[in-house]
Amino acid sequence: MVGLQILIDGFAISSLYGLGAVGFTLMFGVSGVLNLSHGGIMVVAAVCGWLAAGDLGLGVYAGTLVGVLAGMLAAYATYFVVVRPIQRSRAIPREETEIFVLTGTLLWGIMIQDGIAYLFTDNPVTTRPLISGVTSIAGVRTPQNEIMIAALCWAAIGLLWLLVNRTRAGKALLAASMNPRGLTLLGFELSRMYLLVWTIYGVLAGIAGVLLASFLGVSSANAGQLTASAFSIVVLGGLGSVSGSLVAAYLVGYLETITAYLIAPTLRPIPALLLLVLVVYLRPQGLLGRR
Amino acid sequence: MPRPSHPQTPTRMLHRLLLAGAAATTLALGASAWAAEPIKIGVIGEESSVAGASLTKAAQMAADEINAKGGVDGRKLEIITYDDHSSAADAVRAFQRAVNQDKVSAVVATYISEVALAIEPWSARLHMPLITAGAASTDIPKHVHDDYAHYKYTFMGWLNSAFIAQSICDAEQDMLVGPFHMKTAVVMSEDAAWTTPLDEAYLKCLPKAGLKVLDHIRFNPDTTDFTPIFNKIEGEHPDVIITGISHVGVQPTVQWHDQQVPIPMAGQSSQATTSSFWKDTNGAAEGVITASAAAPGVATTPKTVPFTNDYIKRFGDTPAYDGYTAYDMIYVLAEAIKRAGSTDPDRMVEALEKTDYVGTIGRIKFYGKDELYTHGLEYGRGLVTGVDIQWQSGKQVAVWPKELAQGKVIFPTFVKLPQQAAK
Repeated sequence: MVGLQILIDGFAISSLYGLGAVGFTLMFGVSGVLNLSHGGIMVVAAVCGWLAAGDLGLGVYAGTLVGVLAGMLAAYATYFVVVRPIQRSRAIPREETEIFVLTGTLLWGIMIQDGIAYLFTDNPVTTRPLISGVTSIAGVRTPQNEIMIAALCWAAIGLLWLLVNRTRAGKALLAASMNPRGLTLLGFELSRMYLLVWTIYGVLAGIAGVLLASFLGVSSANAGQLTASAFSIVVLGGLGSVSGSLVAAYLVGYLETITAYLIAPTLRPIPALLLLVLVVYLRPQGLLGRR
Repeated sequence: MPRPSHPQTPTRMLHRLLLAGAAATTLALGASAWAAEPIKIGVIGEESSVAGASLTKAAQMAADEINAKGGVDGRKLEIITYDDHSSAADAVRAFQRAVNQDKVSAVVATYISEVALAIEPWSARLHMPLITAGAASTDIPKHVHDDYAHYKYTFMGWLNSAFIAQSICDAEQDMLVGPFHMKTAVVMSEDAAWTTPLDEAYLKCLPKAGLKVLDHIRFNPDTTDFTPIFNKIEGEHPDVIITGISHVGVQPTVQWHDQQVPIPMAGQSSQATTSSFWKDTNGAAEGVITASAAAPGVATTPKTVPFTNDYIKRFGDTPAYDGYTAYDMIYVLAEAIKRAGSTDPDRMVEALEKTDYVGTIGRIKFYGKDELYTHGLEYGRGLVTGVDIQWQSGKQVAVWPKELAQGKVIFPTFVKLPQQAAK
């Protein structure tokens, strides 16, 4: 009974982790950017979705769309206000760009977090579930929203897969993650690839943020935790590896759920972090990493 | 480049001067030209939390009202607010700044016990009267009791955890054990300074109230997924979950509702005391019972309803529990300063000890030097008992004590009650 419960609960949360991490790792693969304002962007999406659905009275579906759109806009803002100026700055030595991007996005994330706390308090926001009610799966009372969330996550991941493998733009994106220089030699504009990857990233982070708000609730105080979990999942799976991130998301999601159920909810994140340390020691490129 | 000056500047300036003059006259008329320097009171809240923001807003409201009626002995009451970001270190800095730089005469601060415990020694060191608006740890009055000479400057504006637990046990006995035949409970509290004495008291008084405690769960306030906790509780089949939550509130409530956990929740859920909780939880609060300082529309005293209405008019939401207390404490301070005839800290403490004031939360008195909870808020019928409210269709309905109740306890359909289970 507890086993099945863990299986079901772990699946929903892992799917959300996966969705959050896929965009994160894709962006690193294509543009070498580790966006430490990731959690902040998810929170922006969640809060905007909540505002639109509640205060503006648009209802839960339109609210979700507004939230996703807000996530995309927040990603654009991150790119144009923080990342691109750093990448283009002549004052920053080339080899230090990455560390500056890391610092810049970290600070940006803190600004987002404090800004939201100031404007909307750091109380968690929760959106109404897309579908309410519960279903019994072999005796386990499961909110239908949880099933819906897992399905939506996988639909988004599936669409991403189609985009990357079946469209021209997507294939170029894949190529950019393997060899950016080669792509420019073929006449592709790298800056457009970057814009595309930020768009995809923003939409995915937005969806993850809005869904999390309808599942567990999201507070601006969670921003750091959300970034940290995406970051550790991506490192665990192998930086830049999408499939690695998915595997790692399920590993972390289930490890956490098992710990919460069988040991203590308070110790929830600990085993996953220990695993991360172990992987960094024994297999620094991550589970499915190439580099 | 500096902007070219506007050609019409002189007339505009005259205009502004006239306006400013008019405004100043209005102010002066409204407040009848202050006799002397204002009396400054520091108020330390936390703007990014519902309860922390309610605290400063309500304090300002009280001061505005007092000033509109001529202030304290002709002196204006000036509120200086500080934001402690719910951090003990920030609160200590704010407290020091209030005393040393802004020269306040008293401080009203915080609803968090950890923060109150951090500034309490500073109130002792700097001889600065301090009234807490909501912190509930029993250690706060114990320090005053054990070292009165030094700690006598600290007072508590809300009941401490032992009384909160007592009030809740009394309420559950009347509301749940009697009418619903509930016999068992699981205590579920966040791990914080205020819940240590709360849980201790729960474990003692719940069995006396007729609820056998099957389990006692303390969880990390950073918890986001409450499913495993509810799952564990459900496995133990209690009739009710008795909560002790303040730092968290929205997430456990929403998850309880979405997962349709069939066990009712009662006890203390501080965030559920404010009206925005319904919106924050998208109505998942339906059926949740919590203890509170007062409730909208419930005339605990003749002052409660007017205050609540004015607060809603001014700020949109109802006050959180520490809004009621902060409002009352500004009045308590004003009266004490009047009685003392000065803002000398030792004379203010003496005057505060003689407090017997009917505020929005009840009749306010503080325990004396020789009592167990020195300078704690006195608990009891005819004094302050608190009110239990239940969220019903978007409204906070007072359900306890009987003399103040507006309605009966009703649970959502997914909650299984003992009689139903027996059928």
